[in-house]
Amino acid sequence: MSDNASGSTSAESGLAGADQSVASFDENDVGLVRRIQSFLHQYPTSIPFIVLIIGVAIFSVAAPGKFFAPFNFSLVLQQVTIIAVLGVAQTLIILTAGIDLSVGAIMILCSVVMGRTAVVYGVPVEIAFPLGLICGIACGLVNGLIVTLLRLPPFIVTLGTWSIFGALNVWYSRSETIRSQDMQEAAPFLQWTGSLFKPYDFFSKTLGLDWTFLKGWVLTYGSIVMLLVALAVWYILNRTAFGRHVYATGDDPDAARLAGISTTKTLIGVYALAGFICAIAAWVLIGRIGGVSPQAGQTANLDSITAVVIGGTSLFGGRGSIIGTLIGALIVGVFRNGLALSGLELLWQDFAVGVLIIVAVTIDQWIRKLSA
Amino acid sequence: MLKKIALAASILTLSAMPVLADEVIGLITKTETNPFFVKMREGAQAKAAELGITLQTAAGKYDGDNDGQVAAIENLIAAGAKGFAIVPSDSKAIVPTIQKARDAGLKVIVLDTPLDPMNAADATFATDNRKAGMLIGEWAKGTMGDKAKDAKIVFLDLATNQPTVDYLRDQGFMQGFGIDVKDPNKYGDEDDARICTHEISQGDQEKGRTAMENALQKCPDVNLIYTINEPAAAGAWEALKAVGKDDGSVMIVSVDGGCPGVKNVQAGVIGATSQQYPLKMAAMALEAIHSGTLPTIDPAVGFFDTGAQLVTAKPVDGVPAISVEEGLKLCWG
Repeated sequence: MSDNASGSTSAESGLAGADQSVASFDENDVGLVRRIQSFLHQYPTSIPFIVLIIGVAIFSVAAPGKFFAPFNFSLVLQQVTIIAVLGVAQTLIILTAGIDLSVGAIMILCSVVMGRTAVVYGVPVEIAFPLGLICGIACGLVNGLIVTLLRLPPFIVTLGTWSIFGALNVWYSRSETIRSQDMQEAAPFLQWTGSLFKPYDFFSKTLGLDWTFLKGWVLTYGSIVMLLVALAVWYILNRTAFGRHVYATGDDPDAARLAGISTTKTLIGVYALAGFICAIAAWVLIGRIGGVSPQAGQTANLDSITAVVIGGTSLFGGRGSIIGTLIGALIVGVFRNGLALSGLELLWQDFAVGVLIIVAVTIDQWIRKLSA
Repeated sequence: MLKKIALAASILTLSAMPVLADEVIGLITKTETNPFFVKMREGAQAKAAELGITLQTAAGKYDGDNDGQVAAIENLIAAGAKGFAIVPSDSKAIVPTIQKARDAGLKVIVLDTPLDPMNAADATFATDNRKAGMLIGEWAKGTMGDKAKDAKIVFLDLATNQPTVDYLRDQGFMQGFGIDVKDPNKYGDEDDARICTHEISQGDQEKGRTAMENALQKCPDVNLIYTINEPAAAGAWEALKAVGKDDGSVMIVSVDGGCPGVKNVQAGVIGATSQQYPLKMAAMALEAIHSGTLPTIDPAVGFFDTGAQLVTAKPVDGVPAISVEEGLKLCWG
């Protein structure tokens, strides 16, 4: 016992030569790494953006003459549109620190509801299309209500509803494909998202502008729908009270509740909105394949999460952006297209996407250290 | 009182009778959702009703789900089934479980995808996928005539790991078209200049379109497309349409014979497709298990070929084909 006092004295004597100043922030001692970290913390979207630029640069060299062309970029954009729309829905959920494994299943179910109701049952598309949208909202509401009222983890809830929506899809579709030609006859409106749109022609015809840099670009109306969806959700997240509630709920639900936010209402709203966006994705999907295939989009769930994560949205909630997700989806598209054009097998495309995910999450963790 | 008990007892026995006498036969498919298997199940259900037996169906959760099929077999053994037909997801890994079922006295008939080794089942009823591929290869060669030697071919295959059905159809097509296949059990080792690229479609319409878009970047002068199945073909068509190549300058051939596929032959989207018969496979299997007699199987082939017929609107001399109308009558899905 008596050792104690002398022990501590001797220990303190060892501090004689140490820094005597009181704890302080290292504001003056900012190394390059530290500066990068703080820059990325401030502008998290810059990482996916840089990765995208690097990817484009690599493949322009690796697949000369094929990759770096407006037409090929247009293709990549068309190829990622569905996943980007789903990614926007997924971003909303992940911002609340949740995850939605059922987005792909909701999309396919709603595409079947839209297409089959219109083509097979002959219901006018003016009714069939809204029915499909309602299907999406309903599916989202089911997720949201179970998550909030039964207080179950979103991972488990959506794992369950993934199965349920999948089974409903098989039941309603009878696993029957609807052909592009039949769709064109009965409900061409549903294919509209797949129609081509040439920006150069558009601007030169309507506004008389000769924007040569737009030559060669071929978009689909689906890509424009994607941009509009992203813009709308960006606006909701950044310019409305609901949007700020979404971030607050994801960042710290207890603090949000204490601040007077109804986290239950916010979460239900988020899931319903995500469901609605999945139904929009269904419309884009119909445009892309021309018809309805109950088999399509089997990997869409995980692909959408991949886009969100690579886009810099934190799986822990409260931090991330819509623009990041769009870039995340583009990165996956650029790598898949670029590797294919370079002549590499699909397995290396999967390999590359896997590496991207791990790098993205590592960077996210590293940035989080600064805020912790 | 006694009478009442006797009456109740007899009613009980009567109502229990059909259940006791009921013969259970199983059908296990790879997945619940693929139209090929959905139609197989419908064919089996119709046959079961006709034979007055109970059909117990099960499926894996996804293509490749071996565990799900093992559980399904165990359930059938426990249910005292007379036998079952199965489309194996993993043709090697399922073999010990099938042996267990046969040891328990169940008759096992394998459908569509042969086991490895094939004789691990009592019998195999399947499409000869190499022959199905050869039919469309020969048809394409005959249709192109002299131009066949300058063909630029894109292959939309199934998966990178080249499952049996994938290489059998692909290599069959090459053999029919007159390409030196080198190793006949593997694609990608050929050096024929007419092969432009092999892309993976996963048999999916959306991925088929993406694969074809990428292929078009590599092979802008493509004039012949081989597709693993009709959804991949439909996806390829959308990609062609987007660049204005839906004018007949590119020919698509496929395998399956589903109703949407045959309608696409009628519409001129697909030039020819080899039709297979899942309903027939399942119905024949049920009948064989029920009666206990197997059809004679050519030992050289090793399985009972349920047949594949070429469906096309433009038949070619020397390649047997059926018309689109006939194809529509026989189609599934």
